[in-house]
Amino acid sequence: MDILSLFVIVPILVILALVFSKGLKQARIIAMSGGIIQLGMAINLIFAYIRERAVNNSIMLFTKDLTWFEQMNIHYSIGVDGISVALITLTSIVVLAGVFISWKIEDLPKEFFVSLIVLSTGVYGFFISIDLFTMFVFYEIAVIPMYLLIGIWGSGPKEYSAMKLTLMLMGASAVLLVGILGIYFNSNADGGALTFNILEIAKVNIPFEAQKLFFPMTFIGFAVLGALFPFHTWSPDGHASAPTAVSMLHAGVLMKLGGYGIFRVAMYLLPEGALEWSWFFIILSAIGVIYGAFAALRQTDLKYINAYASVSHLGMVSFALLMLNKTAWNGAILQSLSHGFMTALFFALIGMIYSRTHTRDITKLGGLLKVIPFISAIYVITGLALLGLPGFSGFVAEMNIFMGAFLHDDMFHRVLTIVSISAIVVTAVYVLRVVGIMLMGPVKNTAYLKLPKATWYEKAGVMLLLIPIVGIGVAPLWLSNMILESLEPFIRGVL
Amino acid sequence: MNLSYILLIPFVPLAVFLVLGIFNQKIKPAVSGYVGVAGLAISTLLSYYTAFQYFFVHGKADGVYQTFVDKFIWMHFTESLHIDMGYLIDPISVMMMVVVSTVSLMVNIYSRGYMKGDDGYTRFFAYLSLFTFSMFGLVLATNLFQIYIFWELVGVSSFLLIGYYYTKTSAIAAAKKAFIVTRFADFGFLIGIFIMGYYTGTFDFQELTNPEGVVILNWASTSFMGLSVITWALILIFMGGAGKSAMFPLHIWLPDAMEGPTPVSALIHAATMVVAGVYLVARLFPMFYLVEGGFALQIVAYVGAFSSLFAAIIAITQTDIKRVLAFSTMSQLGYMMMALGVSGFEGHEGVGYMASMFHLFTHAMFKALLFLGAGSVIHAVHSNYLKDMGGLRKYMPVTNITFLIAALAIAGVPPLAGFWSKDEILVAAYENSQFIYYIGVFVAGLTAFYMFRIYFGIFWGKDTKYEHTPHESPSSMTLPLLILAFLTLIAGFVPFSELVTADKTGFEAHLNLPLAAIAVGVGLIGIILAWIFYKKENDLATRFASAFGVFYKWTSHKFYFDEIYFFMARKVFFKSVAAPIAFFDKKFVDGTMEGIGNKTVLVSRKIKAIQSGKVQDYAFGFVAGVVIIAFVFIYIWTN
Repeated sequence: MDILSLFVIVPILVILALVFSKGLKQARIIAMSGGIIQLGMAINLIFAYIRERAVNNSIMLFTKDLTWFEQMNIHYSIGVDGISVALITLTSIVVLAGVFISWKIEDLPKEFFVSLIVLSTGVYGFFISIDLFTMFVFYEIAVIPMYLLIGIWGSGPKEYSAMKLTLMLMGASAVLLVGILGIYFNSNADGGALTFNILEIAKVNIPFEAQKLFFPMTFIGFAVLGALFPFHTWSPDGHASAPTAVSMLHAGVLMKLGGYGIFRVAMYLLPEGALEWSWFFIILSAIGVIYGAFAALRQTDLKYINAYASVSHLGMVSFALLMLNKTAWNGAILQSLSHGFMTALFFALIGMIYSRTHTRDITKLGGLLKVIPFISAIYVITGLALLGLPGFSGFVAEMNIFMGAFLHDDMFHRVLTIVSISAIVVTAVYVLRVVGIMLMGPVKNTAYLKLPKATWYEKAGVMLLLIPIVGIGVAPLWLSNMILESLEPFIRGVL
Repeated sequence: MNLSYILLIPFVPLAVFLVLGIFNQKIKPAVSGYVGVAGLAISTLLSYYTAFQYFFVHGKADGVYQTFVDKFIWMHFTESLHIDMGYLIDPISVMMMVVVSTVSLMVNIYSRGYMKGDDGYTRFFAYLSLFTFSMFGLVLATNLFQIYIFWELVGVSSFLLIGYYYTKTSAIAAAKKAFIVTRFADFGFLIGIFIMGYYTGTFDFQELTNPEGVVILNWASTSFMGLSVITWALILIFMGGAGKSAMFPLHIWLPDAMEGPTPVSALIHAATMVVAGVYLVARLFPMFYLVEGGFALQIVAYVGAFSSLFAAIIAITQTDIKRVLAFSTMSQLGYMMMALGVSGFEGHEGVGYMASMFHLFTHAMFKALLFLGAGSVIHAVHSNYLKDMGGLRKYMPVTNITFLIAALAIAGVPPLAGFWSKDEILVAAYENSQFIYYIGVFVAGLTAFYMFRIYFGIFWGKDTKYEHTPHESPSSMTLPLLILAFLTLIAGFVPFSELVTADKTGFEAHLNLPLAAIAVGVGLIGIILAWIFYKKENDLATRFASAFGVFYKWTSHKFYFDEIYFFMARKVFFKSVAAPIAFFDKKFVDGTMEGIGNKTVLVSRKIKAIQSGKVQDYAFGFVAGVVIIAFVFIYIWTN
């Protein structure tokens, strides 16, 4: 069995094992073992990739191609470059952390873990696909369990949120599908056969008119998932209602599909369309960056704060992608990874606080640093990472994005870049606001004086996410080199 | 000259931080204090060794101090533009290492006494080590980005230490304020770095500041609003420096930062972190001086001079002794900036640069001493306010003498440290601009006055009745006071003009007797006035205050700058920007999406007969419909 397909097959085996398991204890052990195996596979993949890259110069490595549906030339076609390897590793870490955080899930544990792993299967499949159709199928596999996970295990107005999230993402999928089909029907522009294969299509010169028409569809289709302003409103409600592990997976991994898709499909296959439309989406992204930050400033629910923070940070991803140069793209990928780890960690911590205090309203909390020092200290560290403190991954990503944006020296880019950079100030304000109100200060509620300390599985989940944040932040060179190498063919394709 | 051991200087404190931070709960307080002091002692010895080797043994070649650099690439932006990490050894970085390690070690020793019995004792020492590590990194930086990285790290250490008493509301507010105001300044700094990197193609200090290098020779690459982009970059970088060094109008965080424990104020908010802005300008000095006729340097001079005057006036009316010292720090930092601003580059013309660094050095010693002395007093009387003090000379002889030495030093009385460096600054100002010189002299008088106001207020004045009889602090606290007092006595005799100069060659400095006499005279007048007003309890001061009326009120309220900023932050940004955005998001953006959803439901109700009513079917129908339309559409379009 090849190294990549295992990423889809192992989760399916885990799901099978889960189906035959009994009770919470068995279910979580199976889910955890599956998670550990996948993390091991991901780490192995990094080393295998580095070894293979040294001798193999093709764009995608470990490629495999099986015909799936011959009439329409659909293939199960897979392969990875440095970018997908990094994102696969992110996924495996977040999934395992999510399992740890859901250690005590009460209702229907078996079904919960099954849905969670179905979701992750979709994500893995999406990252390894190089066939547009297969990619789209995996995309849907990843999105649909979300409805169940929020609708069944959620809290608050969960049906409403689940419906809203699913409908908006489905609407986006519909637009995306039009875009993908548009690409497909133009993939014979140079006289070849119609194909869904990304590498094949990239060689074709799709007519400018078609690019102009289908770029915005593909872009928006993916960008809704990446919470692009003004299509972000599903995200705060969705996150607020979702159970902890689902918020983690959703914000940490699923939303990254948006940025990855924009990059791999919209930008790579429709470069002229990208150039044509970039000004428009740059404006939207820059608005999103600053708008999300200001909106976060006003919220009192921890999850809403984090959801709007995500709007701001993922706005930076699409902003960077639209800068169409290597530095900014490197930043975009790093930001995707960094945001994945940070936001998953945030949701995990919010979940821990919520499970102890039964509120997420910061005005009701206070002085937690004294009561639950471990969780609070990690919260402060994550907050500092989020506001782009050097030594953490966010700084590395943001500096690449800003420097990349600065490589355009016209007024339009300069102004919007400076507007986006100003978000670092607002981010500091909303992060410190939460730290000041919730963690510092006197303990507001005497009932909180006896909150239980963090357990081993909570600590394990937290450390799993914190290590990469610090790792990337302290020594970014090897990762950014791996990404830059993989960007090489893309940059040649686009410019 | 083998310098690889220099890496130990920052990394020992880092290791101390990691050990104390990770094993926070498990280490006994007594042990953590020793670990902190021991770590710093290693760094201090290595710093002194380096200074000796550099200045007197290996540093000079052909009469010029050499620059030693070792670095590696930390991250690539493009092929040519990258962030390096490493260390850069030249006169100012070596001088700064000595300052940082000395003050840091003194503060660590002092804190063992001052923080005794505090809940977060270990945490405190961990933060101190984190700060010292970051500060060494900043000082040794080889390029703009490295300095920015450590710049942010010292900022966060400062945040943690100001907010050390994290259950105290005022401390939290002060910590947040300090971080956010400096962050705002760093926003400018960062843009300045990007502009610099984009137009010069490098972040490296050596390439940027080489007077014969391409960057300085070809500065006029592009202009924006009548100024070269490089000048803009320098102004923005200075904005970052002004934020850290509490220059007007970004000074508002510094007085509030006094909410932190007093040793922290001594280390971070008096001697080391706040001089980072001055250090940054000094680091880029050839650019400031040579690009566009020194336009950016003019701004530095005037901002410095104004801040210095502004802060000295406010300091007179403050009643919290730590706030007096905070404004005094701001005023002295303004002095250093001003000295850089009026400096030339070569030989004796660069006296301003030399004086600025000299004053940075001496000020670190006597201001740390003042703060630690104030801490000793606060420790004894449990209050920060002058009204609760008086006559303490009887109870605290060591604190009294050391505080007096520091106060005389800052007032510029010979032969103490402050006299020498202040005199050089005034010489530089006199040679450059009469206007700035007069501001400088006036500030010198004000400084002497406000400093002796608190000196007499604390140690003489009224005989306050104390609930508990105050007593002298323990030896762990008085020892650093004595060492710093000793340094204050001798620091003025360091031959700075031969060691630390703009062009690194050294020159002969002469004492300009008339100017020195004027400065000392003004200082003595200030002291005498303070003596008349405050030596014995009398109502002269209150009568004067009421005579000045509105002006006094404005000054004691720090010219209402806090209120202005508070209004901007709270009313303008929070209420008029953030709140409407949140509202807009809920009502309009989300409202539109809901509207679409609700309309869909309405329509579907009308055509319910052909619908099953299940959500899955709706979604399916929706997707299927779009797919069909798409196929038809694309089919027509492609043919």
